Amino acid sequence: MIDTLRLTAEEAAGLLELGDVSATELHAAYRAAIDERDPELHAFLTTVDQVEGEGVPIAFKDLISTRGIETTAASKILAGYKPLFDATVATRCKEAGLPLLGKTNMDEFAMGSSTENSGYGPTRNPWDPERVPGGSSGGSTAAVAAGLAPWALGSDTGGSIKQPAALCGVVGLRPTYGTVSRYGIVAFASSLDQIGPIAKTVRDCARLYRIVSGRDPCDSTTVDLPQAVELPEAEDLRGLKIGVPKELNEADGIEAGVGEQVAGALELARELGAEIEECSLPRSVDYGLPCYYLIAPSEASSNLARYDGVRYGYRAAGDTDLRELYARTRDEGFGDEPKRRIMLGTYALSAGYYEAFYGQAQKVRTLIKREHDALFERFDLLASPTSPTVAFRLGERTQNPLAMYLADVLTIPSNMAGLPGLSVPCGLSEGLPVGLQLIGPQFSENTLFRAGHALEGALGFDFVPERLR
Amino acid sequence: MTWEAVIGLEIHVHLKTRTKMFCRCAVGALDDPNTRTCPICLAHPGTLPVPNKRAIEMTMRLGLALGCEIAERAIFHRKNYFYPDNPKGYQISQYDEPLCLNGRLRLPGPDGWAEIGITRAHLEEDAAKTLHVGGAEGRIHGATASLIDFNRAGTPLVEIVTEPDIRTAEQARRFLQLLRQTVVELGISDAEMEKGSLRFDVNVSVRPAGADELRTRTELKNMNSFAFAARGIEREIERQVALYESGGQVEQETLHFDPNREDAPPLRSKEEAQDYRYFPEPDLVPVEPLLEWSLDELKATLPELPAARLERLLAAGLELRDAEALNTEHARVSLFETLREAGIEPKPAATFVLNDVTRHEVDPARVNGAELAKVLRERDEIPREAFDAAVAASAGDGFSADEYLQERTVADASALDPVIDRILSENAEQVEAYRAGKKGLLGFFVGLVMRETGGKANPKVVSERLLEKLEI
Repeated sequence: MIDTLRLTAEEAAGLLELGDVSATELHAAYRAAIDERDPELHAFLTTVDQVEGEGVPIAFKDLISTRGIETTAASKILAGYKPLFDATVATRCKEAGLPLLGKTNMDEFAMGSSTENSGYGPTRNPWDPERVPGGSSGGSTAAVAAGLAPWALGSDTGGSIKQPAALCGVVGLRPTYGTVSRYGIVAFASSLDQIGPIAKTVRDCARLYRIVSGRDPCDSTTVDLPQAVELPEAEDLRGLKIGVPKELNEADGIEAGVGEQVAGALELARELGAEIEECSLPRSVDYGLPCYYLIAPSEASSNLARYDGVRYGYRAAGDTDLRELYARTRDEGFGDEPKRRIMLGTYALSAGYYEAFYGQAQKVRTLIKREHDALFERFDLLASPTSPTVAFRLGERTQNPLAMYLADVLTIPSNMAGLPGLSVPCGLSEGLPVGLQLIGPQFSENTLFRAGHALEGALGFDFVPERLR
Repeated sequence: MTWEAVIGLEIHVHLKTRTKMFCRCAVGALDDPNTRTCPICLAHPGTLPVPNKRAIEMTMRLGLALGCEIAERAIFHRKNYFYPDNPKGYQISQYDEPLCLNGRLRLPGPDGWAEIGITRAHLEEDAAKTLHVGGAEGRIHGATASLIDFNRAGTPLVEIVTEPDIRTAEQARRFLQLLRQTVVELGISDAEMEKGSLRFDVNVSVRPAGADELRTRTELKNMNSFAFAARGIEREIERQVALYESGGQVEQETLHFDPNREDAPPLRSKEEAQDYRYFPEPDLVPVEPLLEWSLDELKATLPELPAARLERLLAAGLELRDAEALNTEHARVSLFETLREAGIEPKPAATFVLNDVTRHEVDPARVNGAELAKVLRERDEIPREAFDAAVAASAGDGFSADEYLQERTVADASALDPVIDRILSENAEQVEAYRAGKKGLLGFFVGLVMRETGGKANPKVVSERLLEKLEI
């Protein structure tokens, strides 16, 4: 029997290497777990039966184009759309021999923090099905947490890997902007979108990041990694200086239980040899969220213009004129959140408002980047909670978009600066996982993996949800 | 009051690249519909643009040819609008940081030289082609369906914008002609209006002559030839002047010409305040040409430009009309200059190239000019047939003047006199008639001498000698 709840990707690879299981058996074990637990969780939108490859199977967030396999970004407007090509990350996984298990649920077009904005119904948190898994990569994090996939790819624009990883008790990396190709990723906000790994362990994340990262000629914004990805070994944190920005650790709305678990993890880090010191990001936290909600919707309003019912995807029924075709297709095809952001973004880019909104937000973005750069002259990494709260109840924030937007208040600042961030589970609060966010300078993934791995070992967090043990 | 026109042009030129601007589809706008497409130019979800390096290079070469500054850093912007010919919902274009800036084109005219400022030359992608069916003449009004051919979608276009420096319709025509020739000779475009690889819009306003103000302009669209444009501009200038003189005002509007019906009055439309919501294309990084190209090396790839050639022809003393006619083909100018070097005077050299070479459909690029000059110099000394044969053969392999010069006519009076005397004595009746006043008979005698000498006599000398003998 393969215990998919416990098995890490690295262990699975070991079993395959020893010949103890075949790729087909491994795939079948996860497919069986999906059949057993996904009716309750709804982490998957599409499952795949065909086993292509001899490696450890994987799940993709549904905005990653997969040739011939429906790719909807959880939007009705892309219902039935089957890409003619594989996203570069999908190609790289194929080349590494990773068979696909299926496509995971998400907030529509990655717009949301709870996976409730899916056009196909919400995903539930494996730790408590009454609660959300976070989002927008909630399908991927729930699948990994519930043993429905050993690892998965998600995407992170404002926190969409880190935040649901924290809420589901798994590890998630948002890589440095430009290190993973966006070719074939259904776009939300191009200057922020990054694909990243989600897994049970830091080493698994490093292994998956090694597979998908690196320059892609099809994505002009990608670069080669300055150093090869190293699988972390060290059990200590000697020589590492970790800054604790007070604005990220004392922000309004951080739950006491969350703060305690993070403080505990930092205390442990000190015991492992790290130097911990308080520091400050005076403007990044205040300005990060408002600037994000100008830049991301602006880019989204343009990126989502192609869904017009003319060439693919959903098209409103009836014989109408052009304007009517556009209006009805988009009205019927998009959910509320994409509509809200398209309107916000269209407004922010309009003549007369551009300088005050989009232009100004880009300037502040530079300022946020400089503020982070200055701290990285003194520190190797920064630490904070990933999410201010543990997983919240389904429906709790759906009527209040602003409350939902605040779920990303701690992940957005470093995303705006293009920096990598790792969320590592660091304990439970009210029986629900808490995530520690580690942020590094550009291309510091190896340092993040090293720190995350050492802490993970010392914390001994059990990633199997209590109710499934 | 005297009025002057203020005219600016926006010219779109299709670049002759092998592949499209942001994907690797072959350029083939005229191939079967929708056979030159891929997920990128059809804007499938997740696709990303990768710029065509050749297109950037071509644009820079054009910029250099137009005396532009090449930007150290150029960026692409998104121009957002909804239309089915625009699959992404935005066109990738350039906005406030174009590749080429601040150029000029020196333009000769009947009143001397003018300098037309080039505001910018930038790179963008073309839209798809829409075809409205079921209505009249392919118009959208009354159409029952619209078809879209994406072959053209994403093909590279350069947009050249001039300063409002042009003052007459004729000057606009000259500018377009010279610019077209420049892009053709740079090898970056076929610039054929009938194939749509060159299109332009004209902005026209008028003002009291010598004033500095810029009054309301109208935009003229869809003209299908330079001559048509010149007439359209002329009419629009007259219309605006008449409006002001009758106390009216010009309204900002667009005049859409029907390219198929030149005489039809243009359709007018109010200029809608379109908000394109430009913002920097986040899927692309800035273009930094100086990091990838040496401007000096690029400059070295430029051929001699038509404008420079024109300047040289005028300096050689040619009239503008002849100079422009010669300049339409680089090879014509080269042939002209070879003839000049061989000592032929400018006017006869130009006339020869424009008339004789053209009439014989000889490729001026292949003509052996130095040899042909020898024939041209002796034009009056050889029979007309020999001269024509020489011109016709002048582009052939191993063309040599000698063969034709051997046909040199007999102009030596001492050789001709015996023949002439004999013919006059044999035709005493006609001589009498001539002397009695039938002067038309001179041609008859010339003909006889020519026949007698097998066409080798110099007709001019024959006439002279005949006159001398007949007019005693």
